[in-house]
Amino acid sequence: MIEAPSEGDEAPPVKARGLVKRYKEVLAVDHIDLNVQVGDVYGFLGPNGAGKTTTLRMALGLIMPSEGTVELFGRDPMREGARALQGVAGFVEAPRFYPYLAARKNLELLAALDGDGAKERIDEVLEIVELTPRAAHRVGGYSHGMRQRLGIAAALLRRPRLLMLDEPATGLDPAGMRDMRALIRRLADEGITVLLSSHQLPEVQELCDRVAIVDSGRVVYEGALADLRRQGGAGYRLRTTDDARALTIARAQTGIEHVIGTPPTPHGLSFQAEERDVGALSLALAQAGIGILALTPELATLEDLFFRLTET
Amino acid sequence: MRPSTLTAYRWELRKLVSQKRTYLGLGLAMILPIIFVIVQSLRGHHGHDRGNIFASHITESGLATPVLMLLLLSVFMLPLIAALVAGDIVAAEDGNGTLKTILTRSVDRGQVFAAKTLAAMTYATIALFLSAAVATAAGVVVWGFNHVTTFSDTVVSAPEGLLLVFAANAVYLIPLLTVTAFGVLLSTTTHNSAAAVVGTVGFTILLFIVAQIPGIEGLKPYLLTEQFESWQGLLRTPTDWAPIWHSAWVCALYAVPSLFAAYLVFLRRDVAGG
Repeated sequence: MIEAPSEGDEAPPVKARGLVKRYKEVLAVDHIDLNVQVGDVYGFLGPNGAGKTTTLRMALGLIMPSEGTVELFGRDPMREGARALQGVAGFVEAPRFYPYLAARKNLELLAALDGDGAKERIDEVLEIVELTPRAAHRVGGYSHGMRQRLGIAAALLRRPRLLMLDEPATGLDPAGMRDMRALIRRLADEGITVLLSSHQLPEVQELCDRVAIVDSGRVVYEGALADLRRQGGAGYRLRTTDDARALTIARAQTGIEHVIGTPPTPHGLSFQAEERDVGALSLALAQAGIGILALTPELATLEDLFFRLTET
Repeated sequence: MRPSTLTAYRWELRKLVSQKRTYLGLGLAMILPIIFVIVQSLRGHHGHDRGNIFASHITESGLATPVLMLLLLSVFMLPLIAALVAGDIVAAEDGNGTLKTILTRSVDRGQVFAAKTLAAMTYATIALFLSAAVATAAGVVVWGFNHVTTFSDTVVSAPEGLLLVFAANAVYLIPLLTVTAFGVLLSTTTHNSAAAVVGTVGFTILLFIVAQIPGIEGLKPYLLTEQFESWQGLLRTPTDWAPIWHSAWVCALYAVPSLFAAYLVFLRRDVAGG
């Protein structure tokens, strides 16, 4: 098992302040602030072209910010170079390897460039990503999914405390996606902080506890995923003895919004409301002689919220 | 412990060893002297018709062959072989996306740059001396390990001639490494292997053309391509050191700014390829 080193750093794994990247006229990243805390599985969400990858590249010191700073465990990769990447690993866009070298040789090369006994972990990381039987094969013959897994293996060689993954499940088949999620979950459970950039909402919903949503280079939300879903407005699903009349009453009731449902349906009605208004609705239904069969709260899905935040 | 530049350099060499492209240049460097010797021995040439003392004495000593090969290859072929790797060494990794892979490990950009530059220069050095070794061996096998006549019409013993052949190649290495430095600069700045390789070779061709333009004779001694012949000073009696020293500082004028500019670009460039 890969052990995440616990050096007790006080500084947060990722702290970005006012990060800007301009390419001539194009503003790719527009004053982004990020706060990834120790132990987070942090989703970095946004549509294609929103600036996620550019932000990650700046965080890893691959491109220079036009303005602002980013620190990894308190160290700025632009000022401190490779030293700032101590305990940090990951990949931006697809992981890239030397196609003419075998997977093991690729890892040996990267381990040599890591130092710190990384070479001794090669067998272990190959085992974790289940590539041991193919380790002697050239990467040029690898499938996309195998390269993604090798990317994770290369990252784990560094015994990271922070793992930055850019769209790790992109291009994988459903089984590959499931395996990738399980692997990320396992690594997070072992104490590695994960920054997961993705536009795959189910992946983020399943794995992440905190998220930043970016759109057109700007952060439109940053915080706990649960808070976001609560802020999105509590939704409710209602089944009654007479859904048709219940629909009329609900639509007439103050504070009950977005009432959806064309009875008779097996799923009843859905609506959004504050808790106190739900109480008033249940009283109104009772007074009208309508029995409540089920009244269940439903949090908005990440997908609902994502589109609400990025399509306004 | 963080890895050293030597570790990065060793891996640059291992990458070169693992690529077919590497052997294209080395193969050319080896095959051309062999073809030359085969053709000359089949012609049964007896010399005195070429306007060059080594060509005149080619059948008298195998040691004339590496000198003639250096004359022939120094102008275009060896710079091309050096450019094949130098132009590719940064740009190819940028294009393939592997540059970002190695720049997110524990080596600094300066270390990666130094390792790549040293690897490109090592390759150029190996190609040059490999070519010289094959030319010497082929020449000696066919025409023998005999005394050789220098540009000053002085006869030197075979062992001394062999030493002079080695020294001549070592002197030619100075402009060849300068071409390599320029190739690394183009590789770093263009982000495109083909453009960097073609640009490096194009640069030497351009300088040859400039050298032919009437009215700029004063500029000629400072053109890089003029330094390709400085090694001939070693094959005169007494040794003519002037062109060798001149070549060394003229080459430095090309190489040092090229490498410094490449280094600065590499340190500050955005790595967005792949």
